Amino acid sequence: MSNHSRHEAETVERSLDSTLESVDYAEEITMGLAKRAGFNEDDLSKIGMAVRESMVNAVVHGNRYNANKKVRFSVSKDAESLTVRIVDEGEGFDVESVPDPLAPENLFRNSGRGIFLIRSFMDDFRVRRLEPGGMEVTLIKHTVSK
Amino acid sequence: MSVKLTSRQVGDVSVVDVAGRITLGEGSTALRDALRDMVSKNHKKILLNLSEVSYIDSSGIGELVSGFTSVTNSGGQLKLLGLTKRVKDLLQITKLYTVFDVHEDESSAIRSFA
Repeated sequence: MSNHSRHEAETVERSLDSTLESVDYAEEITMGLAKRAGFNEDDLSKIGMAVRESMVNAVVHGNRYNANKKVRFSVSKDAESLTVRIVDEGEGFDVESVPDPLAPENLFRNSGRGIFLIRSFMDDFRVRRLEPGGMEVTLIKHTVSK
Repeated sequence: MSVKLTSRQVGDVSVVDVAGRITLGEGSTALRDALRDMVSKNHKKILLNLSEVSYIDSSGIGELVSGFTSVTNSGGQLKLLGLTKRVKDLLQITKLYTVFDVHEDESSAIRSFA
């Protein structure tokens, strides 16, 4: 890969249906940009999973598979970082109220690990409740560790 | 391919060879159904061979935990075989690696049930 393509800014924006196929699609698009940004295999795996978990949150917990609701997805890269933005039309949630999945009492729960994995795998994870409704999550991975 | 599960019997141990992706939807549902079926048929020694699992998400991890709990509560044992680096890393980061009895070699895994 040339340094030119690695540093070249690139953005993809899509309005996606609230389906699991959209989760696969968003992951696939993100992986393409992340590869062109020069991330190694380990980082690619982490980025892919963080996007998958975020998309699942938007489709399943946010929009609840509602065919009338869309997920706005965008991914962009520049010389310094990869940024993914996912916006749903759901009721929103308080990210701080999500139980710690590493706490002994939660270890055997069959759900509740998504946010933890996203935080673990990305350099920055921001959540914003939108008016009149919906949640926006922003995931950032730096191409060079800071 | 999402996921493919194949069961075989080695002595009194039920080995489930899992290949593909265990993610929300088809993959995690297939794993859940397979384990429920085994519990309902009173299988007590279950070895999940994950050596061909290329990808697992939080839903897949949830199904592993749920399956472990279900098998244990029915008086059985669920063990894992052949974790890829990716799956091993995920179980470690979620503090589940030490919850499961994990083996790298099938023969020793089978013997460990005795």
